[in-house]
Amino acid sequence: MKTKSLLTMAGGSILKNKMRTMLTMLGIVIGVGAVIVMVAVGNGAQTQIEAQIKNLGTNLIVITPGSTAAGGASQGAQTFNRLTIADADKIKSDATLLSAVSPVIVTRTQVITGKGNWRTEINGVSTDYLTIRDWNVTSGSLFSDDDVNAKRKVAVLGATIVKNLFPDTDPVGSQIQLGHVPFTVIGVLDAKGQTSSGVDQDDVVLVPYTTAQDRLSGMTFLGQILASAQSPNDMVAAQEEIRGIMRESHGLLGGGADDFTVRDQTAIAQAATSTTSVMTGLLAAIASISLVVGGIGIMNIMLVSVTERTREIGIRMAVGARGSDVLTQFLVESVVMSLLGGVVGLAIGFGGAAILGHVMGWSTSTPLIAVFVAVGFSAAVGVFFGFYPAKKAAALDPIQALRYE
Amino acid sequence: MSTPVIEISGVKKIYRMGETEVFALRGVDLTVTAGELLAVMGSSGSGKSTLMNILGCLDIPTAGSYVLDGIRVDGMSRNDLADLRNRKLGFVFQGFNLLPRTSAVENVELPLLYDRTARWTNTRQLAAEALERVGLGARLEHQPSELSGGQQQRVAIARALVTQPTLLLADEPTGNLDSRTSIEVMALFQALNEQGITVIIVTHEPDIAQYAHRVIEVRDGRIMKDHAVAAPRSAADDVARLDAEAAELAAGVTKEAA
Repeated sequence: MKTKSLLTMAGGSILKNKMRTMLTMLGIVIGVGAVIVMVAVGNGAQTQIEAQIKNLGTNLIVITPGSTAAGGASQGAQTFNRLTIADADKIKSDATLLSAVSPVIVTRTQVITGKGNWRTEINGVSTDYLTIRDWNVTSGSLFSDDDVNAKRKVAVLGATIVKNLFPDTDPVGSQIQLGHVPFTVIGVLDAKGQTSSGVDQDDVVLVPYTTAQDRLSGMTFLGQILASAQSPNDMVAAQEEIRGIMRESHGLLGGGADDFTVRDQTAIAQAATSTTSVMTGLLAAIASISLVVGGIGIMNIMLVSVTERTREIGIRMAVGARGSDVLTQFLVESVVMSLLGGVVGLAIGFGGAAILGHVMGWSTSTPLIAVFVAVGFSAAVGVFFGFYPAKKAAALDPIQALRYE
Repeated sequence: MSTPVIEISGVKKIYRMGETEVFALRGVDLTVTAGELLAVMGSSGSGKSTLMNILGCLDIPTAGSYVLDGIRVDGMSRNDLADLRNRKLGFVFQGFNLLPRTSAVENVELPLLYDRTARWTNTRQLAAEALERVGLGARLEHQPSELSGGQQQRVAIARALVTQPTLLLADEPTGNLDSRTSIEVMALFQALNEQGITVIIVTHEPDIAQYAHRVIEVRDGRIMKDHAVAAPRSAADDVARLDAEAAELAAGVTKEAA
């Protein structure tokens, strides 16, 4: 029997029972739709978290003062419980696995222009800072090493500051006041958005750390030191290296607990990624149960259909259909039904994911592989659950089948 | 004498029903030559249906041999039997057995689609021609539910004819039809037989059997009588006479009214 006539036959028989076909397909439609929506939501969350990791900076390592594990009097007795510029310089000169190191001095003060003022965070950093944070300047440029060494009063503004104080103009070249100190704006940072915890990363002004120390905070201690490992594979070794350098710098070689913490923020973010990927898998697994239920629905209908069409099977056999012809016919019917259901489910899944994303404000994305898996799986469901009824039809005795009332 | 289409000898069919054995056929010998119009008669339970099933390659005998158009049938596999039915046989049933919700032409096309030798190219065209042959050329797209009993049986006959079978097997073809339509269907069988097709009709109505050239009677699983009909009735003449009578009657009614 030709493929074309097989398909026509299956299509005809499916069309003859529109209502029943639709109800049967519904199981698969819901199953595939659910899988697609779940995967889209889970995958969207994962993509968002990955983007946030990227936002944190490339291979970011954060050195902060104090130890989270240690506390109490003994710590207070040590002289070196703060990070200094010396620490940052030592890490920069001694470390072999780091590509960039920047001290970070954090103060909060008022940014004042002719048009208004805005209280924000001032970060005193080195020229490596943007490399570490994977950040770009959209207009103007970052200060140079020369600016740092000369302690020049230059500032780079975050996007939020520009939005609030320079709504319609390019601030590069303008004069601003940080507290009482006049600064020249030499650059504007790219908008980076919020962190996962909701902190606006663009609400910041960058100045040379030397200037910050001298003119703004007056502190000799650093809030933190940021460093960037040369490659993701070096992360663990680089942190170990930093720890060694820091212990040496803080005179802890003889023993004693660390009075600083070296953290790798990507590890936290990666934990979040793997959590969402487990969640995605879980959601998809639950959704695929409905696919199996849909498959059982197909089997049920096909079994009813075989009984109902016993006489038809008898007629087909009498005019020369082999058992295998009948088997193929019923199998094609169930596969066509479940494939159609799969395609409709795919459309509904995409639509549903888009609506959900729009309404709930979630980012959704469906990987192409999920489409193939869902459609392939629905075809497989058709074959698997269609086989038993088809086999039953093929095994009928033509005489009995013709006599069936 | 022309070549035999059917040669069966010593054919027995035994059904096992638990402990007991039921002898449906107790040894049947029969030869049918090409071009015959044969009626098989017998009451229910006589074994004529079993004989029909064996002749139709739907069933295989427990013992004995069956040669159809030179092909040994007994001992064939299910698949070979299916192919043989497709190539050599055409069936007409009492209950028409058309596919519901399927047009006449699609019903007739069905056997052509199951052909494995790829000898048919334009199946739809052939099906339409077969329907033309039985006088239903204008009803190709009608579904069985839109056709009268006689028309449905014609569709079934067209389906049996379309593969140009060696043998046409009709199992109580007039059982569900009124007497006039029955005679019309018999006229069609006679016409097809005159065109050279071998026809076997299973019936329990003597009225129908009188249109055959040869009648065999089956009783208790054996052939009891086998005789040629000296002067078979012409169904076409009977139809014509019925028409004439009806016309006369109508004329009489008109006269009375006048």
